[in-house]
Amino acid sequence: MVAAARAVGHQRWRSRVALVVFLAAGSASLVVWGATPLLVLLGIATALVLAPLLAARASMSRRSRREWKNWVLADGVRTVDRRAALRLFGVAAIFGSFSQAVPKILNSALRQAPPPATDELPIRARTRQWTMIIDLRRCDGCQSIGLPPQCTTACIEGHFSPEPMQWIEVYEHELEGDGTRFVPTPCQQCQNPPCVNVCPVGATFSAPEGPVLIDQDRCIGCRICMAACPYDRRFFNWGDPPVPPEALLADYDLELQVPAVKGTVMKCDFCPDMVRSGTLPYCIQACPHRAIYYGDLEEDLATNGLDLVSVTRYLANNDAFRLKEELGTQPRVFYIPGHGEDVGRDPTQTGHLPVRWPWTRRAEGSARWKR
Amino acid sequence: MEAMSSWRERLEETTLAPARSTTRNYYFVIGLLVAVIGWALYAYYVQLRDGLVVTGMRDRISWGLYITLFVFFIGISHAGTLISAILRVANATWRTPVTRMAEFITAVALMTGALFVIVDLGRPDRFLNVIAHGRWQSPIVWDVVAVTTYLTASLLYLYLPMIPDLAFFRDRLVGRVARWKSGLYRILAINWQGTDTQKHQLHSSIAIMMILIIPIAVSVHTVVSWIFAMTLREAWNSAIFGFFFVAGAIFSGIATLIIMMALLRRVYRLEEYLTERHFRYLGFLMAAMAGVMLYANISEYVTAGFKFEEGSEFIFRQLFVAEFAPYFWFYLIGGLLIPILLMSIPRMRTISGIVIAAVLVDLAMFVERYFIVVTGLRAPLLPYEPANYAPTWIEWSITAGGFAFFALLVTLFVKIFPIMAVFEMVEEREEQAAERLDFGPRAVVPGEAAT
Repeated sequence: MVAAARAVGHQRWRSRVALVVFLAAGSASLVVWGATPLLVLLGIATALVLAPLLAARASMSRRSRREWKNWVLADGVRTVDRRAALRLFGVAAIFGSFSQAVPKILNSALRQAPPPATDELPIRARTRQWTMIIDLRRCDGCQSIGLPPQCTTACIEGHFSPEPMQWIEVYEHELEGDGTRFVPTPCQQCQNPPCVNVCPVGATFSAPEGPVLIDQDRCIGCRICMAACPYDRRFFNWGDPPVPPEALLADYDLELQVPAVKGTVMKCDFCPDMVRSGTLPYCIQACPHRAIYYGDLEEDLATNGLDLVSVTRYLANNDAFRLKEELGTQPRVFYIPGHGEDVGRDPTQTGHLPVRWPWTRRAEGSARWKR
Repeated sequence: MEAMSSWRERLEETTLAPARSTTRNYYFVIGLLVAVIGWALYAYYVQLRDGLVVTGMRDRISWGLYITLFVFFIGISHAGTLISAILRVANATWRTPVTRMAEFITAVALMTGALFVIVDLGRPDRFLNVIAHGRWQSPIVWDVVAVTTYLTASLLYLYLPMIPDLAFFRDRLVGRVARWKSGLYRILAINWQGTDTQKHQLHSSIAIMMILIIPIAVSVHTVVSWIFAMTLREAWNSAIFGFFFVAGAIFSGIATLIIMMALLRRVYRLEEYLTERHFRYLGFLMAAMAGVMLYANISEYVTAGFKFEEGSEFIFRQLFVAEFAPYFWFYLIGGLLIPILLMSIPRMRTISGIVIAAVLVDLAMFVERYFIVVTGLRAPLLPYEPANYAPTWIEWSITAGGFAFFALLVTLFVKIFPIMAVFEMVEEREEQAAERLDFGPRAVVPGEAAT
């Protein structure tokens, strides 16, 4: 009696071990691979497994049919032999390894076909590659006009950047020998962007035309991009960011980064919407010394609003450099070295006037924080 | 043989005792821990409402105490792997009474550590984006995969050797404890009867898991370190980081295990099973790991400090003489040298001496994780004044809550589940006794002399 109970118990025990392992592995893979694709896959897998079984059942004799029923239904997993279990795990493993590919295949199959080819040439045959050239010989941190840096001020007003953020920030670098020079620093829009490489959810990405953009609707706020950025050009919405009254009803747009989203990262976006419509970014429009050029590496042209220059020639003729070139980030922002005194400022004087965020007075009930 | 059965009976009674009766102190401890967790939940509510602005973190030092705790707790979780897997592979039988506690530290510490990633997120509501939009290129995704795999594996590894003990609880406690408890034991024991086939299958599953869990554990703390080492930050730019973090993890894991052993030994009167010998062996292991840490630190700082490349000066200054010097020297002297010293003086190798060393080690490792995170971010990237970071009361409250959560899970666990691997202890003792008996009737059963 006891021995019989033990024998049954032993079988049950083995099936339960299998069940525990299966459930644990299943829940782990649910977490790892994501619930949705897996559920779809489970459906497909079940159908694929059931179809041949049902077909086999149809061609069975009565006796084997009963056996089949016993095997599948009555005893459940209990009497599954080792080979069947292995087969089951093998099938699961194969489907598991395809679970990433299947949604992509489905996606590409369901996507609309591209428009039929015509004899006309496409309107834009090549993709723009936006670039910025900052001529440091002309930048004096706006000391000569007695105002805070106008590029930063205009950027803040135009983009509604929350209080401590300066998407383009004017730093003062030491010169070899003595003295300093001002270096307006926007996001460097790297061609090998460390921030994009580390983002876990693809919320920050390189747009086809070059700029690195952020989807604040996807960002989870882990801030690894801020740790990864070697230029300190990423800013976090630590509290409830200010939203101007005119943007309260606006739909969020990742090219505008308005309205700002709490708990996400923001930065200079190279004004993609403005340049598309032929307008120069705010910082360039506002620069009183016309020190910033914006252009297209593909077309080899850049402008500061007055002059038009050939990018390659301008960079080569003026000993252009990029910030922290040795890191291999390949910035799209180039600098023409300057010596800090050419625009008539007193070279012994350092610092620029503090930047302000006047527009935030119109945004009520927003949080403020310091850098 | 009679001595054997009386020994076994005592062991069983000791293991059953916590599940049988509950003292008033127990409810007091639970109440205290729940109160701390409640306070932390309030702090977290404030953080959710107002955003991370309530913390001391800002754009320039964008990670702080939460990430420190994440690294620290994931580190502690390596206790179980070392004690039960590595020592099991090495067939060190003295570890048997300690394994269950070590494995449980692993599972609980992992849960607590993973929690702090969520706490640190600006948008915890979007955490599932990591699954929906995960990119394999991101170190964060490596971490999510590694930690979930490790959690699954360590739960299985905790559970498998516990099956016979759960069956023992099921048989002995039926009708004597609450219904849900005996039901729980019945379900979890999955009909263990102690047959030879079951034993064989159990042993082979444990053998597979103990081999599997070692590379998983090593990978976990390696990818934790890669969250830092994969960025373009001078202070974190080190190939030794993965190894260094794994060594530190095992180091702090042993220390936590020693502290936990000392506490449980006192509360549940386990003196017979957790003897000074266990503390001494673990203390030696801890001192050896301190040596490894010391070696890793010397390698790291001598290679960087000899060349003294641009940017090194700032990092060395803040660590060795300026803002972080107290932390750094406490870690180096209090956390590495003093424990080695304590373990090398025979007179200090008492249980209290070893526990003091373990407390120092845990404190030092926490401080070390903290200054690694903060000094790395503090070094300025462009010409600006270095930022400073000081945790706010919100961060401290949630930290306290994290430790309370860890302690609460441990307290509940030892109340419900067998705290020692009775089955394995008995099995090993029978084996040993059988071996000794082969030599003749005068052979002494090991451990018997002590009682």
